[in-house]
Amino acid sequence: MSKFFTRMGDGSAVFLSEAEIRRDLEEGMLDAADRGKIPELTDDEMERLYQIITDPQKTVSIERGNEVVMTFDAGTLKLPVRAGLPVDRMTTVLTHERVLCSDTMEIGNADYSYKQLKNIVHEEAASMEFTQLNCIIPVFYGAMPNMGLYTKPDGPVDNWSELLPMAKIGEARAAQEEAIEMAVKDMVYIASILYEAGADGINFDTVGASGDGDFLATLKAIEILKSKYPDMAIEVGMAGEFVLGMHGQLEYDGTRLAGLYPHEQVKVVEKAGGTIFGAVINTNSSKSLPWNLARAVTFSKACSEASNIPVHVNAGMGVGGIPLTNTSPTDATSRVSKSLIEIGKADGL
Amino acid sequence: MAVIHEVASGMGGIRTAGDLVARVQMSKAMKIKEAKKYVAEKLGVSVIDLSDSYLMKELREELDIGHVQVRDRASYGIEAKFNISKVLDIKINSVENFKRKVKMI
Repeated sequence: MSKFFTRMGDGSAVFLSEAEIRRDLEEGMLDAADRGKIPELTDDEMERLYQIITDPQKTVSIERGNEVVMTFDAGTLKLPVRAGLPVDRMTTVLTHERVLCSDTMEIGNADYSYKQLKNIVHEEAASMEFTQLNCIIPVFYGAMPNMGLYTKPDGPVDNWSELLPMAKIGEARAAQEEAIEMAVKDMVYIASILYEAGADGINFDTVGASGDGDFLATLKAIEILKSKYPDMAIEVGMAGEFVLGMHGQLEYDGTRLAGLYPHEQVKVVEKAGGTIFGAVINTNSSKSLPWNLARAVTFSKACSEASNIPVHVNAGMGVGGIPLTNTSPTDATSRVSKSLIEIGKADGL
Repeated sequence: MAVIHEVASGMGGIRTAGDLVARVQMSKAMKIKEAKKYVAEKLGVSVIDLSDSYLMKELREELDIGHVQVRDRASYGIEAKFNISKVLDIKINSVENFKRKVKMI
């Protein structure tokens, strides 16, 4: 029986038969439907996914007319920091604009957390002002809420990750509640200065990395920022597909945050005033690309259908069905790109 | 990664109308179909045309809203954004800041 070339979730090559691919697609889709309590993909959509996975072309693409726009996290970290190119951030933005033809870009600091920016915020604002004079594409300023940085010894609050194993539940919750207020204050302070410097939008990235408190702090910051600056565009990119209940009892406007999946996360982001939602679906590196892709598309479709704001599904290494490797193979990346948009109904990536 | 997504499914930034559609998504929280329709109507072209780099080059130069190739006397940077703001009928934060700084408003 002939086998098709495809990938594992870590990016390594694998040859699977038609039956194996169809089985993995089915199991991945059902896993998403079961965990998220969301609709399964239709038979037509599953067949389309199979055709995309087994397409003999190395790089596949969307049909003409289905193009979308892209936003970035860690925007200006990719060339000067990760790739080690000796260029400043304005040159990075202009390279994205004029060479790579990105639709948007983001300026961020190497220490990519709002708390860390307080001492250098005015230099960050000056960089934004210079860049805005020279660029045409929209430029966000972005960083992470990273609420864990407020814990000792980096911050003033007791560490809930140390308190929880000691069964000090009340103390752990109180520490998170204290850190939430600090994080809100810092995010509003930094975002206000960068917006007044001309940023087209603010990106809250990797939201929920420290659990439900991290998510709540971001939602509160969005509310305050939107009341101060009604025209501010705010993108919220999540840390994972499932909000960890590090506190467990936190609510936003009557909705308990712990345990929310993308189609539920987007509703609270929308309610808080978010403009673009960056849905995350985790990649399982020990499962195949068909399994991961069917799962990501199922979550993406449910999220996009539940949302009234644009959904930009995160499709970088290790999320959205993209293999967990720094150099994701183009065959896998292009299949994810096409599937998330044409079946997962993403408004962007 | 970004290059592959751009090749597989991207609009193409200032080669086409990708930056314009992104601006409308950002300023009006519009889903992709509505944002493309809004931009197409403002530019007087079809939605399909928005991703056509041949057509959009001509149109961007005519509207003076910036393009990948820098031409003498063509608008660049903040100048192009002044024109984008007018064409799309949206507020652009850096343009409003510029106006305030030079006492236009």
